[in-house]
Amino acid sequence: MTSVLVMLLCVAALLATAALAVFMARSKQATPVIYGLSLSIAAVAFATGLVQLVSPPAEVPILMLPFSLPWLGAHFRLDPLAAFFLLVVDLGGAFASLYGLGYGRHEHAPHRVLPFFPAFLAGMNLVILADDAFTFLLSWEFMSLASWALVMAHHRDAENRRAGYLYIVMASFGTLALLLAFGLLAGPDGAYGFAAMRGMDHTPLATGLVLVLLLVGAGSKAGLVPLHVWLPLAHPAAPSHVSALMSGVMTKVAVYGFIRVLFDLVGTPAWWSGLLVLLIGSGTAVLGILHALMERDLKRMLAYSTIENIGVVFVGLGLALAFKDAGMELAAALAMTAALFHVLNHSFFKSLLFFGAGAVLTRTGERDMEKLGGLIHRMPVTAFTFLVGCMAISALPPFNGFASEWLAFQAILQSPDLPQWALTILVPAVGGLLALSAALAAACFVRAFGIAFLGRPRTDPAANASEADRFSLAAMSILAGLCLLAGILPGIVIDALAPVTQLLVGGRMPVQTDMPWLSIVPVTESRSSYNGLLVFLFIGFSAWLTAGLVHRFASRALRRAPAWDCGFPQIDATMQYSAGSFAQPVRRVFGTLVFRARERVDMPPPGTLSPARFALETHDLVWEGLYLPIAGAVGYVAEKLNYLQFLTIRRYLSLVFLALVLLLLVLALWS
Amino acid sequence: MVLIRDLLVQVVQMALVVALAPLLTGFVRKAKARLLRRRGASVIQPYRDLSRLLRKEAVVAENVSWLFRMAPYLIFAATWVAAAVIPTFATGLIFSWTVDLIAIIGLLGSARFFLALAGMDVGTSFGGIGSSREMLIATLAEPAMLLIIFAVALIAGSTQLSTIAAFMTSPQVGLRVSLAVALIAIIMVAIAENARIPIDNPATHLELTMVHEAMVLEYSGRHLAMIELAAMLKLLLYLSMIVCIFVPWNIKGPEAGYPAYLVGFASYVVKLAVGGAMLALFETATAKMRVFRVPQFLGAALMLGLLATLLRFVSRSL
Repeated sequence: MTSVLVMLLCVAALLATAALAVFMARSKQATPVIYGLSLSIAAVAFATGLVQLVSPPAEVPILMLPFSLPWLGAHFRLDPLAAFFLLVVDLGGAFASLYGLGYGRHEHAPHRVLPFFPAFLAGMNLVILADDAFTFLLSWEFMSLASWALVMAHHRDAENRRAGYLYIVMASFGTLALLLAFGLLAGPDGAYGFAAMRGMDHTPLATGLVLVLLLVGAGSKAGLVPLHVWLPLAHPAAPSHVSALMSGVMTKVAVYGFIRVLFDLVGTPAWWSGLLVLLIGSGTAVLGILHALMERDLKRMLAYSTIENIGVVFVGLGLALAFKDAGMELAAALAMTAALFHVLNHSFFKSLLFFGAGAVLTRTGERDMEKLGGLIHRMPVTAFTFLVGCMAISALPPFNGFASEWLAFQAILQSPDLPQWALTILVPAVGGLLALSAALAAACFVRAFGIAFLGRPRTDPAANASEADRFSLAAMSILAGLCLLAGILPGIVIDALAPVTQLLVGGRMPVQTDMPWLSIVPVTESRSSYNGLLVFLFIGFSAWLTAGLVHRFASRALRRAPAWDCGFPQIDATMQYSAGSFAQPVRRVFGTLVFRARERVDMPPPGTLSPARFALETHDLVWEGLYLPIAGAVGYVAEKLNYLQFLTIRRYLSLVFLALVLLLLVLALWS
Repeated sequence: MVLIRDLLVQVVQMALVVALAPLLTGFVRKAKARLLRRRGASVIQPYRDLSRLLRKEAVVAENVSWLFRMAPYLIFAATWVAAAVIPTFATGLIFSWTVDLIAIIGLLGSARFFLALAGMDVGTSFGGIGSSREMLIATLAEPAMLLIIFAVALIAGSTQLSTIAAFMTSPQVGLRVSLAVALIAIIMVAIAENARIPIDNPATHLELTMVHEAMVLEYSGRHLAMIELAAMLKLLLYLSMIVCIFVPWNIKGPEAGYPAYLVGFASYVVKLAVGGAMLALFETATAKMRVFRVPQFLGAALMLGLLATLLRFVSRSL
């Protein structure tokens, strides 16, 4: 009870901060005051969530407030699942606020950002706290609208307006699907409280429909293919700390919605729901990262990579669904832990990477990788933390991304015991796709870091960049530290997630902090184990030892000389390998199928002086195959219906009359 | 006592892999040369090369950062840690539970990540082209490797190499189609990962089809020595891994005494020699393929890996 109250007070404080921001947005002190307030409130909320998760009270705290719909009231509840997601949201919010303290100074229209930032945070907190459908949907819409306003902060840019338009259309569509899903769950009596939904038995048809509606509603917010099209446009359009919130945190709120309804409210969905989620998840992962690899805009690349990570999370959720249905609690807990751990990890490294991209953007004015380069010399701390984020997101040991993907692979290895042969055969293939997306992610982030931070500067702004401000650096450094900590001490996180898996799938992983040397052991030690701490120490120690020995006994002389130019003098920075050329082999191998990419080279015949031309043609098949036809159909129907707007009053009246008769007829026939 | 023995085995193993890696490379080179009816350099030539490189002054390009200079040590360390936990002559390694097969692939991925970044740090096209192609090959080789691991792990019920080795020597394995398929796939992946013919040519520097050698073009002196040693270690690692999974005979368990370790060691050296000779034979008999044929080669490995996981069900019901 008290913890819910504290959380709601935090939400109220955030809303009050938003109101304050409306009034003082144009003053000079607004940026530090608003972000400072948001930071402290988010920190309090984070602490509350943490306490709730680590030592959950015997009774799940609930609270009802008398407003909202008069006969309904607004219900709030703070169980371990909500506590975990609140922790993710508020930690992300706190870091975004800390980063905003520095980044916000470069904002040229602060009055368009400041009021909506705390409101956005409040909305996300409310969604997670909500314990009835009405409050949930209301908060969901509030969150969507607040983030939409932030996407539109720089609305003079035509591209941002387009992004905002697409976002609001998709968000409304998603909420509509969620509304229908809750309608189905509420049943004929309109039981809007989650407690009532939990107690009801749902028919298989209703459960199936709820799953599909959820995949549309929560999936469009999370960025599942094919509902992802708005995400890579909208997330980068917002200011960078908001991009970090949207990518790192808001997608997690969508994941929360999915988990809450499917695992908590519905109870036990059919076995094929696991299959469906697995297929969509793995497809999302591969397609997302392939898009990211082709992208030359740093922030948009990060947004596409969010889609990939959401795919990974949904693979974990699909596995958990399948195992839960088969009654394999331990395996389900393992898969669920992998998914939730990846949720936490992604919020760390995606925030970190967006902060890094934001720092680059403020210092160079560029988001285009092809115009950057050599930033490791000018922005050493940013470069180092960005490198940590790149390694973590590429699932490389000893960082946290690897720990969660390793758990996902271990869950996949539990699949032979599944009763359905379709799943047993398909799950290893899904594992292959997961490995493919991890390997593509490594290529993608080698490209991003290598092009933007290494090599020589490609433009003057990149050559004259300076290090980011101390608030940004603090936020990035702490996040980088967290990426490493969660990677080398995953056992602590896994144990903290135990109450959540207990709640969702009725099982938990073995206690990890009792294991010798803090290694993680999903099932038994003879089966598999991993120790990130020792890996980190071993690599560090052997590298240090080797370097020390070599320097002591062999040679330590170093000379700087020009790079090897192949006998071709005057190489300049534009002749470096570019982001486009780095991606070309991958595009050629995967893109001919996925993007229908075609390259054409026009070589002039020998002797002519005309330049050679290279043309590249790619297609976004989802956009062209799904969205354009729908948009075309809507346009066509609107065109036809346009005729109805120019009738005489007589005809309108007769239309009204006809409609009335028709409806009465239907009513008469119905009953 | 047990602890001391395991620690000893671990230390011996760590020293052993580093000591043997150049010898294996020298042996493969010698075997290749003999197959081509050349006399070839001595098998200990790689040791001489390494010690010469280590004592030379390192020359780095003007604009490279700390990453370029630290990468060789990190790459070597990651490869070394991965190689140190693969049972070669005995399974009783004290730290074998630190990383399992999946984590070994992850460690090699970390090493590759730094190598590719180091290639891009110089800011010339050579490094970039090498990095780009290396990452392309990795995007195909890693999932193939993972599927092979799935196939093996689903049969042995573990991703821990010592458990797998123990299981493979037990009579319950039987003759399995999926293991044979997995063996073919893992050999293909190993060839690609180690930049051997037909994927890449370890003996050339100035050929536009090159991958690994293009990335390390700017390295010299002690840095180059570390990179070369890491590459040799990786070859040894993959051979040891194949040996450990598919021919784990005479890998001694923790209870075997010290004399048994000597037998295990001798048989390990024999296995390495046979593996190296087969590699040399294969490389001599094959031509280097175009870069864009590589995806087909690795795609075949990927499909074989998938087939191996599926055939498991068939072979289980037999």
